Amino acid sequence: MMRMSRPTVVTEWRRPSAFPARWMGPALGLGLAAFVLWNLLSLQVDPARVSRGLGRAWIVFGRAFPPDWSRWELLVEGVIESLQMAALSTALGVLIATPVAVMAARNFSPLGVYAVGRGIISLGRTFHEIIVAILFVKAVGFGPFAGMLTLTWGSIGFFGKLLAEQIENIDRGQVEAIRATGAGPGAVLVFGVLPQVLPRFVGLTIYQWDIHLRQSAIIGIVGAGGIGTTLYNSFARYDYDFSLAILLVIVAIVLLGEAVSAAARRRIQ
Amino acid sequence: MRAWRRFSPLQTALRLLARLGAAVVLLWALRGMDIRWEFVSDSPAQMGDLLGRMFPPDWAFAGEVVDPLVQTINIATVGTILAVLLSIPVAFLAARNTTFNRATYALGRLVMSVSRSVDSLIWALIFIIVVGPGSLAGALAVGVRSIGFVSKLFAEGIEEIDRGQVEAIVATGAGRFKVLLYGIVPQIRPVFAGVCIYRWDINIRESTVLGIVGAGGIGFVLNTAILGLEWSRVGLILLVILGVVVVSEALSAYFRKRVA
Amino acid sequence: MLEVAGLVKAYPGGDQVLRGVSLTVKATEVVFVIGPSGAGKSTLIRCINRLVEPDAGSVRLDGVEITRLTGAELRRARRHMAMIFQEFNLVERLTVMENVLSGRLGYVGLWQAWRRRFPPEDVELAFETLKRVGLSGFENKRADELSGGQRQRVGIARALVQRPKILLVDEPTSSLDPKTSEAVMALITRLAAEEQIPALINIHDVPLARQFAQRILGLNQGVFVFEGTPEDLTPAVLDLIYAGAGEELTSALGALSVSDTGV
Ligand SMILES: Nc1ncnc2c1ncn2[C@@H]1O[C@H](COP(=O)(O)OP(=O)(O)OP(=O)(O)O)[C@@H](O)[C@H]1O
Ligand SMILES: [Mg+2]
Repeated sequence: MMRMSRPTVVTEWRRPSAFPARWMGPALGLGLAAFVLWNLLSLQVDPARVSRGLGRAWIVFGRAFPPDWSRWELLVEGVIESLQMAALSTALGVLIATPVAVMAARNFSPLGVYAVGRGIISLGRTFHEIIVAILFVKAVGFGPFAGMLTLTWGSIGFFGKLLAEQIENIDRGQVEAIRATGAGPGAVLVFGVLPQVLPRFVGLTIYQWDIHLRQSAIIGIVGAGGIGTTLYNSFARYDYDFSLAILLVIVAIVLLGEAVSAAARRRIQ
Repeated sequence: MRAWRRFSPLQTALRLLARLGAAVVLLWALRGMDIRWEFVSDSPAQMGDLLGRMFPPDWAFAGEVVDPLVQTINIATVGTILAVLLSIPVAFLAARNTTFNRATYALGRLVMSVSRSVDSLIWALIFIIVVGPGSLAGALAVGVRSIGFVSKLFAEGIEEIDRGQVEAIVATGAGRFKVLLYGIVPQIRPVFAGVCIYRWDINIRESTVLGIVGAGGIGFVLNTAILGLEWSRVGLILLVILGVVVVSEALSAYFRKRVA
Repeated sequence: MLEVAGLVKAYPGGDQVLRGVSLTVKATEVVFVIGPSGAGKSTLIRCINRLVEPDAGSVRLDGVEITRLTGAELRRARRHMAMIFQEFNLVERLTVMENVLSGRLGYVGLWQAWRRRFPPEDVELAFETLKRVGLSGFENKRADELSGGQRQRVGIARALVQRPKILLVDEPTSSLDPKTSEAVMALITRLAAEEQIPALINIHDVPLARQFAQRILGLNQGVFVFEGTPEDLTPAVLDLIYAGAGEELTSALGALSVSDTGV
C-alpha cells in the first residue's frame, strides 16, 4: 500500500514574510522611507552659511599645514597622561567588572543575582563617556583622575558585558566532567571554568585597554585629562597647525594600540 | 616518587617578574594622576549633592527638550545614511575578493582606519570649523566616523560570500543580474541590513553628546544646563537620554533579529 | 555493588525519558546498555551520579542511598563513581597531567588545587596511570593537542585515579574510528578487570558490545526490554530493542518513494 503523503495540492508559493503578518513588511518599508525623508528635510541646512563656511574652511586648512611640532613637550605630556589613565582604569575596571560579569552570567547565577548583574551592566553602558566625564569632573575636579574614574566606570558596562557572554559560552561538558569527580564548587571554578575563560579574559583586558586609550583622547574635551585636553585647548586657541599635529599623533596611537592589541590577542588565542 | 610541577623554575621566575613589572607600571600611572585628596575625600558628598539636586527632575523643562531630541535623532539617522552610502564603495575596495589591486585594497583599508581612529566628537570639532556649529556638522561627523565601522563589516560580509552558491545559480543558466539577485544579494543582505541598524543604534548614543562641542542635538541643552548649574534640568535631560538610548537599543535588537 | 530501582525522569516540559528503570551491577561485573538514540541511556547514567536529578526511584552504591545526598555528601559520593564521557570532556586548555589530577580534586583543598600542589602519592598515581593507558611522556602536552583516541585515554586515566567503586561510561567510542574504538573499549574492560572495578557502559555499537560484554541490557523508550548474554542477542531481540528507532527517517524515506512513483 502506498501512503498518501499530500492531502492537498499547493499550486501557489510566496516567500514567507519575516514579520508576523504579511502587510507589515511593506508597511515597515514605507514607514522607514517616510522617516528618512523627514530626517533629511528637518536637518535645516542653511546653504548660504555652508558656502561661507566652505570658503573659510579652505583658509583654516591652509593654516593647519604644515603641522606644528615645536610644542612636542606638551604633546608627549598629554600622551603619557593618556597612557597612564588607560593602564590604571583598565586594571581597576577589570577588577570591579569581573564579579559583575559572574553575576550577569546566566549559567552561573540564580535569577535574582543575574538581574542585578545585568542592571549594573546596563547602568554602566547607557551614558556616553563624555557625560560620565562631566559628572566626575564636577565630583573630583579637573584632571586625569576624573578621566581615570570615567574610564573605569565604562569598564563595568563594556568588560562586564563581554566577559559575561564569554562565561555563558563555555563548554558545559568540561565543567560537568570536573563536577563528576566530586570536586567542590571552588575547585570546579578553578579547574573547569577558569582554564576556559582565562585566555578570553586576557584578550578582553587587552581589548579594553585599547578602547580606553581611544576614549582617553576625547574625554579631555570636558577637562578629564589626557591628550584630549591638549587637543581641545589648541582648537580653542585656533592653533590649527598644532591641532593637526595632535590629531596625527592620536591617529597613530589608536592604530598602534589596535595593532598591539590585535597581535597580543592573536598570540593568546 | 616522581614530582610534577606545572611550571619550571624559570617559568615561575618569569611569571613573578611579569607581575612585578605590571605593579611598577600601575604605580607609575597612579603617580601621574596627581590626585588632590582634599577633592577626593569630598567627592562622595559632592556626588550626593549633585544627585540630590538632579532629583526630582524639572518636568516643566520637558517642552524645551523635544526639539533638540528630534534633532538628535535626525543627526543619527542622516549620519547613518551618509555612512552607508559612502561605505559601499569603500567596502568593495577593502574586500579581498572584489578589490581591483593591491593599491585599491590599501586605499580602502586606509579610509577605514582613519575614519575609525578619530572619534565623532573630534570629527565634530573639525566639521564645525567647516560648516559652522549645528546639526549638519553633527550629521557629517557621525557619518564620517561611521564609515570605518560600517565598511569594515560590509567588507567582511562581502569576503564571506560563498562561491559555491554563486556557481550554483550560474549553473542554472541565469544571467548576470539574476546571479547578483539570487546568488549574491541574499548572502550579503542580512549582513548589510544588520550592520545599518546596529550602527544607527550606536549613532543615536553618540549624537546625544555632540551638542557638547556645538554640533547640535540634545547635548547642547545638556551643556547649557550644566554650565548654568541647573541641575534639575540636567536630571531631566539625562533621563530623556536614558530613555532614547534604551528604546533605540530595543528597536535595533528587534529588527536585527528580524533581518538575520 | 550498584543497585538502581524504579528510576523515573522527565526533563522539564518533556515526556518521561526514564519510566521506572531498575538494574544491578555486581561487585566486579561489566554491564553494557544498548538502545536506540534517545532511549535514555545517557540520562540513566547521569541520574546515577546526579548530574541530572531523577524524579523518583533509588540509586544505592554499596548500600548508600545516593538520591537523598546533598552538598558535600553528594560530592563525596561522586568521588566513588568515575565517569567517562562520549565527547571526552577534557578541560582543553589544561595539560594532560592537570586533567588526570583533576580526578583527585575531591581530595585536595581549594588552595592546593589553585597552586597545582597535589600530594606526592596522587602525582605518582597519575604518572603510573598515564603509563597504563599508554601515554607516558604526554604529561605536559595540552589536552587540545591530542588525537581523539589519546583524549579518551586521558579521560580513562582521569576516571581511574579517582580510585572509584564503579565506572560510569557513556558511549566512550562514538567519537572515534572503528579501530580506535575497539582499542579503547579493550582498554576500559581490561583496566576494570585488573582493578576489579565494576562498570556500567552505554554503547551504540552492537558488535562491540557483543565482543566485550558479559551481560547486556537493552533500553527502549525509557524501559529495559532485554537482559541477557551476547549470545542471546538474536536478530529478533535486536528488532525489539531498536523498535521505533529512526522512525522520522523511515517515514521520510517512505514519503520519498511515494512521490517517486508519481502520486
Ligand atoms: N538536558 C535535557 N533537557 C531536555 N531534554 C533532554 C535533555 N537531555 C536529553 N533530553 C531528552 O531526553 C531523551 C533521552 O536522551 P538521552 O541523551 O538520555 O538518550 P540516549 O539514549 O543517550 O541517546 P544517544 O544514544 O543519542 O546518546 C531525548 O529525547 C532527549 O531529547
Ligand atoms: Mg547519549
